[in-house]
Amino acid sequence: MATTTAEPTWVGTVRARGAAAFAATGFPTTRNEDWKYTPVTAIAEGGFAPAAQPPAHGVTAEALAPYLFGGEKPTVVFVNGRFDAALSNLATLPAGVSVRPLAEALREMPQALEPRLGAIAAEQPFTARNASLMQDGVVIHVAADVVVGRAIQVLFVADAGARGLELPVRNLVAAERHAKVTVVESFVGLTDAAYFTNAVTEVDVAAGATVTHLKVQREGSGAYHVAHVEAKQARDSHLVSFSFAVGGRLARTNVYTVLGGEGCGATLNGLYIGDGEQHLDHQTRIEHVAPNCYSREVYRGILDGAAHGVFNGKVYVHPEAQKTDGKQENHTLLLSERATIDTKPQLEIFADDVKCTHGATVGRLDQSSLFYMKSRGVGAELAKQLLLYAFAADVLETIEAEAVREGLEAQVLQRYTGGQ
Amino acid sequence: MTPLLQITDLHATAGDKEILKGITLTVNAGEVHAIMGPNGSGKSTLAQVLAGHPGYEVTGGAVLYQGRDLLEMEPEERAQAGVFLAFQYPVEIPGVSNAYFLRAAYNEIRKAHGQDEVDPLEFLDLVADKLKLVNLDEAMLNRSVNTGFSGGEKKRNEILQMAVLEPTLAVLDETDSGLDIDALRIVADGVNTLRKPTNATIVVTHYQRLLNYIVPDFVHVLAGGRIVKTGGKALALELEAAGYDPILETAGT
Repeated sequence: MATTTAEPTWVGTVRARGAAAFAATGFPTTRNEDWKYTPVTAIAEGGFAPAAQPPAHGVTAEALAPYLFGGEKPTVVFVNGRFDAALSNLATLPAGVSVRPLAEALREMPQALEPRLGAIAAEQPFTARNASLMQDGVVIHVAADVVVGRAIQVLFVADAGARGLELPVRNLVAAERHAKVTVVESFVGLTDAAYFTNAVTEVDVAAGATVTHLKVQREGSGAYHVAHVEAKQARDSHLVSFSFAVGGRLARTNVYTVLGGEGCGATLNGLYIGDGEQHLDHQTRIEHVAPNCYSREVYRGILDGAAHGVFNGKVYVHPEAQKTDGKQENHTLLLSERATIDTKPQLEIFADDVKCTHGATVGRLDQSSLFYMKSRGVGAELAKQLLLYAFAADVLETIEAEAVREGLEAQVLQRYTGGQ
Repeated sequence: MTPLLQITDLHATAGDKEILKGITLTVNAGEVHAIMGPNGSGKSTLAQVLAGHPGYEVTGGAVLYQGRDLLEMEPEERAQAGVFLAFQYPVEIPGVSNAYFLRAAYNEIRKAHGQDEVDPLEFLDLVADKLKLVNLDEAMLNRSVNTGFSGGEKKRNEILQMAVLEPTLAVLDETDSGLDIDALRIVADGVNTLRKPTNATIVVTHYQRLLNYIVPDFVHVLAGGRIVKTGGKALALELEAAGYDPILETAGT
């Protein structure tokens, strides 16, 4: 339904395959192991559909300023699922870097997209649905040996015009041999209306390349958000992923990577902060296919009110992936009696010479730390804020991009000291 | 003159177990009191109860601090009023820097007294002098509170906090445990330097050794949750020579 006449025929094939796959499964139910703790009935029965025409919007540059880290350029802005040239700024792109909205990329650089689009992300109900309905998104291509100094900020904004819409966002990040790039993928809701973001980001990391993908989910309070980030890594490549999730009514983020060549590294970190009736779910899958690779994973969460968190961390080590070095941690603080977390590390190891560890903790604020601080004159409220901030900062400080790190730290600090 | 601290028939429990069974003790400004006793006698409980540890319930008796009902005050109010507990096991707080924590504490206490907060630079000047007192390097200010500190560093950090916060009543809970002689001297020198006619110190210890360096005016022997003997500094020497048994037998515990 969202096809445009200018699309190459192979795109039609990708759409048709997605449509067929989704038709076969429909939306997942909680009987599906991957969705056991996250019912998506509200999405399935919400009647969300993509808009045939870009809806009008009232989003201004001023309204976006608080969501852009350090005002950094280049920025690519999509409003209610559609590219907005006026709000974007791509004037400062270095040579060898291409940043284009999907339709333009399909027109201008189909050869870079054809082998990748729809070929990296696993076929699952939501990714299949996205393939059939994909409308817009960003395509970032970095040529071999090009190191992009500034983070490329991609902002998906929803305002009241998104009410009732499904926003099928499709992104592709390709870093050629020895290239290096940081992409900030932000989702921002300027409305409390219900809408449904269904995003897929495919990441192709060529030999020796490094891609840092920072996902910042600050959707509106009525939003449903399902996002799938999946990388394919060639030898000696690195993926650094961070998923920051504070928004939405229900939000699920998958971060998958396949370490497909020797000498790869993957770092998957994240922070989820929920309150009220929020449901914040992360599923990660690290697939060690080749020997001598490492993966590092730290997810932390702070849940208050009746918020429900889910963390499912899968690590597969194939028989050939000897000398795999994997570490996974998930730590969650529950601030209220009604907040809950389902945490499920899932390691499947088929090689015999590997080092893989995982650990999960669920707890409340440490009473002895609180007492210690109070015994020094620090009031109960400030003591609690300091501990929460410290808990969150422990994983936020792994973000290398300074503006993003400081921006998110400030947001967390504000949340716990500004009385949100 | 109102005593600085007046404890009358204090009873306290941890869970179902009564640990303090009627402590009575008066501490005046300018005095140093040592509280000694065998393991399990209730020494540390007394220290924690004075600081307001939520793990203990006071079931009887009274504690007046500068004439105020100390037991009615929150732990932070006690600290703001000048009560300081040097912990036997200082708590590690990953992610909160020493500098930030110490300044937050300092400013909270200033605010409680209607004084302006100090900015980070001013505060750094103030701390620099105190660091010398306990022989700690400025680099430790950027480390997380007690995180990864050696035992000696943790105890010296407690004394640093004490030096910065300048309490009126300092309670040192087995500050000497786990310290070698050099660290012990540093800690004791710090405490002695901070002594003033207007403040008082309660030294809780298992060993007499610390009292060679921090000389007490009074020594109390705690056993079975009660003070069974009180004397001058000679009592500590007596305990060191003969152990606790003769006193405990005499006291009939």
